[in-house]
Amino acid sequence: MHKEFYPKGVKTVGNRLRDPTFHTVQAQENRPNALTSGHRACQGCGEALGARYVIDAAVRATEGKVVVVNATGCLEVFSSQSPESAWQVPWVHSLFGNAAAVATGVAAAMRAKGTPDIRVVAQGGDGGTTDIGFGALSGMFERADDVLYVCYDNEAYMNTGVQRSSATPPAARTATTPVAGQAPGNVFGTGKSVPKLALAHGIAYVATASIAFLHDLEAKVFRAMSFHGARYLHVHVPCPLGWGTQPEDTLVHARNAVYSGMFPLFEGEYGHVTRAFHIENPIPVEMYLKGQRRFAHLFGKDGPNAERIQALQAIADAHIATFGLVAPQGDHA
Amino acid sequence: MKPFAITLDPSTSLQNHTGSWRMQRPVFRRLISPCNKACPAGENIQAWLALAEERKFFEAWQEIVKNNPFPACMGRACYHFCEKACNRAVFDETVAIHCVERFLGDKAIQEGWAYPAPPQRADAQKVLVIGAGPSGLSAAYHLALKGHHVTVLERQAEAGGMMRYGIPSYRLEKETLRAEIERLLRLGVTLQLNTDVTDLASARQGFAACYLALGAWKPRQLKDVQGPDVMTALDLLKEAQHASPLSGCVAVYGGGNTAFDAARTAKRLGAARVVIVYRNTAEHFSAHAEEIALAQQENIEMLPLRVIRRFSEKTLELDVMLPEKEGTLSPSGKTEKLAVTRLILAIGQEVETTLFKDLSHVTHAPDGTVSVDRHFATSEPGLFAGGDMIPSSRTITEAIGHGKNAAAAIDAYLSDSPLPTPDKIATATYDKLNTHYYEHAQKSEEQRSNAKTFHEVFKTFSEQEAVYEARRCFSCGNCFMCDTCYGVCPDNAICKHRTSNTPGNGLAFNYDYCKGCGLCARECPCGHIQMEQEEK
Ligand SMILES: Cc1cc2nc3c(=O)[nH]c(=O)nc-3n(C[C@H](O)[C@H](O)[C@H](O)COP(=O)(O)OP(=O)(O)OC[C@H]3O[C@@H](n4cnc5c(N)ncnc54)[C@H](O)[C@@H]3O)c2cc1C
Ligand SMILES: Cc1ncc(C[n+]2csc(CCOP(=O)(O)OP(=O)(O)O)c2C)c(N)n1
Ligand code: SF4
Ligand code: SF4
Ligand SMILES: [Mg+2]
Repeated sequence: MHKEFYPKGVKTVGNRLRDPTFHTVQAQENRPNALTSGHRACQGCGEALGARYVIDAAVRATEGKVVVVNATGCLEVFSSQSPESAWQVPWVHSLFGNAAAVATGVAAAMRAKGTPDIRVVAQGGDGGTTDIGFGALSGMFERADDVLYVCYDNEAYMNTGVQRSSATPPAARTATTPVAGQAPGNVFGTGKSVPKLALAHGIAYVATASIAFLHDLEAKVFRAMSFHGARYLHVHVPCPLGWGTQPEDTLVHARNAVYSGMFPLFEGEYGHVTRAFHIENPIPVEMYLKGQRRFAHLFGKDGPNAERIQALQAIADAHIATFGLVAPQGDHA
Repeated sequence: MKPFAITLDPSTSLQNHTGSWRMQRPVFRRLISPCNKACPAGENIQAWLALAEERKFFEAWQEIVKNNPFPACMGRACYHFCEKACNRAVFDETVAIHCVERFLGDKAIQEGWAYPAPPQRADAQKVLVIGAGPSGLSAAYHLALKGHHVTVLERQAEAGGMMRYGIPSYRLEKETLRAEIERLLRLGVTLQLNTDVTDLASARQGFAACYLALGAWKPRQLKDVQGPDVMTALDLLKEAQHASPLSGCVAVYGGGNTAFDAARTAKRLGAARVVIVYRNTAEHFSAHAEEIALAQQENIEMLPLRVIRRFSEKTLELDVMLPEKEGTLSPSGKTEKLAVTRLILAIGQEVETTLFKDLSHVTHAPDGTVSVDRHFATSEPGLFAGGDMIPSSRTITEAIGHGKNAAAAIDAYLSDSPLPTPDKIATATYDKLNTHYYEHAQKSEEQRSNAKTFHEVFKTFSEQEAVYEARRCFSCGNCFMCDTCYGVCPDNAICKHRTSNTPGNGLAFNYDYCKGCGLCARECPCGHIQMEQEEK
């Protein structure tokens, strides 16, 4: 006996064999396209894709009642070059570091106007979130303001020419962590995990997501919008320009980040991890690093730098252990 | 009030046609799946599996019979070249294509589905087919579907050729074969049984063209090995179910499929022991691995590296051979004796050439196989030939393919028009797929029944099994409407108009905005999108 079975179309965007409730928002002919065509993102931009995925889902979850607040960064710049805007939702941009505070204000304004059903999503890059905007963000968390804050993590300050942020992984080459000296690229033992910090604030909902796992990403946006209070979503979005990757490979690298354990996908509520996205057979980190020019110095003329690759592998292994990414047999999330 | 900020109107970016950045453009392109490419009958397997997975069984069956009139027989007896080429085999296990085909074939018989009605043609012509084996029947079918009037002459009392008289009924039950042939005759094909054609010229009178599909029915013999206890495999298999029982030890000489069929049949007829005697090593058996495995399961013994020296007084005298370098054999000097009640020769069949005695310009090889051009035409005008009687792999599937292609060639010959040259389509090889999007799924195994009788060993798939198996198909090279390209484009440059049956199934690229990043092509699971360089 076989149960209804769909060996293709589980990870695909849609599936003609299944009823539409299974399909992602992105499969729908009438999807919101909150971020529409004509924007000036690079070819194969993971952030452009991630923003449409997230905001389209938020529009669906709120039946269109959503205001978006944007920090300065690539997303803001490529979507709103005066006199054009690629947004098809109410959208406001103020400064690099204050998106969380502005979003708090918008939420307060909605309450004051008697329309608290209009929800607020704030979004920014990893620089705007983990560095300059972190104070405002922590305040927004601590006050439990009714905002979903989304960080699109491309692991550096891309808009200003690829400078290191506190989300840049060790060994990655950026303009400020050049390939020079004994330990080229970004320094090991630096940086921070804002998802974990968000969790530590005890806010209603925290999740990490990847543009390579759309069903999971959309489910997390819907889940986030089912809560009130402060929520945080951290989305991994490869950047062809900053990472030195081929535009067509954006989702390949996003997948490899997850499958290697370098970018763990998990969810938490009120301070506790509630679920991890399981990976059956983690791939070696080397598979993820290869093909990215920012890590090319690890695979130099004299062969791969085993010691430093192993140090990166140790980071992935720690993620796998911390979040229980490898499912016990027969238990697949 | 003065605006406190700059206001931009929604969607105004649409005036910025980012398509001008593009160096390469994505296009939807159907590729030929490896299974389709491997099918000697030219079935579009990927297309009918796609219909079957939607439970559109009638449409799936119609798609098969565009090329092959006998899905029920083929699902049983075809050696499934498709499955050997299936991309899924690289991923986990091949799709059990033949099992789905058999399910559809049986369903068609149960439901009484009919072939499409032939067109009424003002220029219809009379065509003669000699030989009602798979090749002749396939040609008759395709000629009838083109609107011609076809007469088939057959020497035997029943149609089907080797499908009727060679392939044992535990692999292909006769009722199934009869049902598919009767359905074919309902197209208006005239079949004359018990008609042994001996004079080709007079038989062809009144016909505008003739397709010969005589098969290869002349068994090879061994000069000095004769007598009442020696018979050919064909003689045994012809009416095996009604043959007199066997006993004791039976030897079968040969290593091809026919030898294994004869051996398994002898076992069913009561032989206590059946030994396949073969001149070369077991690795050289030309029989299919599955056949060999089944024979082993039925306790058929194998005695490789033995050559018959003599057979008399129910004793086989065998030379023990030694394999040498480069596959040659030499006698070891040792001999062995084997007491047997019967010796069955399965050392190949040749083509009878008597019909060509007045056609000296029609050339043939020493084994009787007739030379044809790539349109199956012999050097005699209007005379075509195919199937086992021309150089081929000698399978029903290739015979059916010949019949189909010869029918097209005959139709072109009759209307004096050139044959359309088939499009050259690239193959959807495994490296063109993005297998991330496929889930692992074990192949369904066929249910088996008691192996001791002439009833079929394998059972037809249930509907559920057939649908499950069809869904395992990757849809190599052909859009299965997963919407992934539509989803992954960062520039929303793919539009959805699910209306047409064009490549991409109605999805269309909006080149005003497509920047040519190639994400869609990289992500498409089945390799349906190709990037082409923009002309500069
Ligand atoms: C024992 C055995 C098992 C096989 N098993 C398989 C299998 O499992 N799968 C597979 O793919 N292939 C199998 N084959 C091969 C397959 O059967 C043949 O390749 C196929 O049948 C060839 O088709 P055909 O139409 O060319 O010839 P045939 O099937 O041989 O048909 C030729 C027909 O022409 C008729 N005929 C010949 N001369 C005349 C004449 N002068 N006048 C009138 N009629 C005439 C014959 O009676 C016969 O009906 C098997 C073959 C054998 C012998
Ligand atoms: C206060 C302030 N400092 C610096 C800048 C310049 N600036 C604009 S975008 C940006 C980097 C943005 O990086 P990130 O937030 O990671 O977003 P990305 O561009 O990578 O998407 C910087 C430094 C600014 N706009 N405001
Ligand atoms: S997966 Fe499907 S289309 Fe591809 S080779 Fe196998 S049966 Fe054919
Ligand atoms: S990605 Fe999916 S929808 Fe797009 S062409 Fe490929 S199979 Fe069709
Ligand atoms: Mg960044």
